[in-house]
Amino acid sequence: MTTQPETVSTSDDKGRLATGLGWFSVGLGLAELLAPSAVATLIGIRNRGRSNLLIRLYGIREIGAGIGILAQSRPTGWLWGRVAGDAADLSSLGWALAQGSTDKTRAAIATAAVSGVTALDVLSAKNLSATTQSSGPVRVAKTITIDRPAEDLYQFWHDFGNFPTLLDQLESVHATGANHSHWKLNIAGGRSIEWDSEITEETPNSRIAWRTAPGSHVQHSGSVRFEPATGGRGTVVRVELHYAFPGGATAAKIAKLFGMAPGQHIETALRHLKQLMETGEIAKSDASIHPSLTHPGRPPEKVPQGQMAAGAGA
Amino acid sequence: MKAACWMGKQDVRVEQVPDPKILNDRDAIVKVTSTAICGSDLHLYNGFVPSMESGDVLGHEFMGEVVEVGRGVTNLQKGDRVVVPFPIACGGCFSCKHGLFSLCENSNPNASMAEKMWGHSPAGIFGYSHLLGGYAGGQAEYARVPFADVGPIKVPEELSDDQVLFLSDIFPTGYMGAEMCNIQPGDTIAVWGCGPVGQFAMKSAFLLGAERVIGIDRFPERLRMAREKVGAETLNYEEVSILEALKELTGGRGPDACIDAVGMEAHTPGLIGAYDRAKQAMMLETDRPIALREAIMACRNGGVVSVIGVYGGFIDKFPIGSFMNRSLTLRTGQAHVQRYMRPLLERIQRREIDPSFVITHHMPLEDAAEGYAIFKEKQDDCIKIVLKPH
Repeated sequence: MTTQPETVSTSDDKGRLATGLGWFSVGLGLAELLAPSAVATLIGIRNRGRSNLLIRLYGIREIGAGIGILAQSRPTGWLWGRVAGDAADLSSLGWALAQGSTDKTRAAIATAAVSGVTALDVLSAKNLSATTQSSGPVRVAKTITIDRPAEDLYQFWHDFGNFPTLLDQLESVHATGANHSHWKLNIAGGRSIEWDSEITEETPNSRIAWRTAPGSHVQHSGSVRFEPATGGRGTVVRVELHYAFPGGATAAKIAKLFGMAPGQHIETALRHLKQLMETGEIAKSDASIHPSLTHPGRPPEKVPQGQMAAGAGA
Repeated sequence: MKAACWMGKQDVRVEQVPDPKILNDRDAIVKVTSTAICGSDLHLYNGFVPSMESGDVLGHEFMGEVVEVGRGVTNLQKGDRVVVPFPIACGGCFSCKHGLFSLCENSNPNASMAEKMWGHSPAGIFGYSHLLGGYAGGQAEYARVPFADVGPIKVPEELSDDQVLFLSDIFPTGYMGAEMCNIQPGDTIAVWGCGPVGQFAMKSAFLLGAERVIGIDRFPERLRMAREKVGAETLNYEEVSILEALKELTGGRGPDACIDAVGMEAHTPGLIGAYDRAKQAMMLETDRPIALREAIMACRNGGVVSVIGVYGGFIDKFPIGSFMNRSLTLRTGQAHVQRYMRPLLERIQRREIDPSFVITHHMPLEDAAEGYAIFKEKQDDCIKIVLKPH
């Protein structure tokens, strides 16, 4: 399964400020972890015993934040994490300033330095948060290769009533006319959303395109293409969705509504389609049939309804 | 039923859990007669494999009697005695059709989790973390076996459990490690790690025509087993410099192929060992690649480094210069067990090998916690433990 770049840019554009802060975190963290006494002296703290442990712990936190910022293409969360860490540093320095044994001048300089870095952190985090929420239609694309002829896949896809088999969260899909269907999807918090969909284009064994009927809460249009894979290795299935919201769509809004990242439903459905087409069933493990993924991998007391040998007749 | 459950780092308990049920048409339920603790289970035990949840049923080496089959399983019947391969494989996808069963594209329900960590997902594995599917394992009285029409192999009554159990993992794993070395007449093969997988890699290297096999470890009982049961020469890395000793043993050229049967928790005395332990503890690398580095440095020019020890994430100081400039080949993989079960069963039947030679302990399943503890600490000369659930 590959995920093509989404229009809500996933390219590495965290910016030089964030990258610089990431390396700063790693450097400072290593110093705190490996030489806590030297760091303590530098910032004017004389009471070594307890503060060394605290400085080491802060070092581990810094290294973690630094790696998080450097490793992710959009490290917004990690940057806000740094801001929280700055707050902890500042309160610790405030405590140190209040102690009699502290070198007040050095601690004050350290406090000023941390305040400056905090400002940079806030700036960088705000910049990234703003670009993450840039508005416009959200495009999601997912691709998978299935070892079956395009005709079989097209036929299965064209019968929308098959879709609840592929996705647990999809409560129902009903045909309401030759090209029209009604969809009901369970979303986060025990709620559901419904919409009407109409087919706008179909090329047998090759492409189906659809869009939501006017008035649907979640406006989207989408298409699926079936292309032969190279060397007779089955069929490449490509799904593309465009979401539009009143007032502008964002990945964050969609994720909030569905309780998962945009396109994750499609990714799961495509994976299940592949399993069903290639093996005749959807793979289930003891953990995966539990309502929550965090449940341990041991046999369940009760198998959830609809999970027993589902999809066998498809 | 009773099952050995992972409750946390170095905390295994035998608990009462629900019996497994048929969930899909191609499932079978097996009443487990023998199940083993694998060296790779120690990586779970020591907390180095991510995505374990407290309560997960452990175990991926098991065999037993079929007690129930789904509608889609026509090749097995109640009462059949089978060995179950540890990778779960559908038999129909691109990978399975190419014999790459441990890379089945359809058997990991949590594939998206594995894709985030590794780029692409391998097959699901019994009792081996949620990253690899969240399947309940076989260190239990019963186990559910998906795709039972593809994986399990029926074994003849005249062979004991101890003789065939290791077809589930460590014999094919060791064999594949040796096969990947593309052994030619006259070749010398060095094997890092003389645990059970290393023993089978060494034995398989001989079966595949190696002239000399050199086993490397630090535990005397494991080195003795390599000498006495396999016929290998041995080196103790706490006593000699491995790179120098291997050069000397191979006329300066180095072994034609090197097998890493150690993996992510390698041990070494001195500074390098401390370096990797510290980095692993600080989460700056997930694996300690000490055996792998040494295998690369030791291998002769143009030779093969075959990795069957388990790694999970990221390593530091990979000797890419040695690897690239000397035309080495790196071959790896979780064993494609389904590919090897039939031919290796035939080798057992022809008495070319009796895999039971690695077993040092039999225990009831109830004693699994003690089993994990003595296996981890290598107490009581422990090399391989077989658990009996019934």
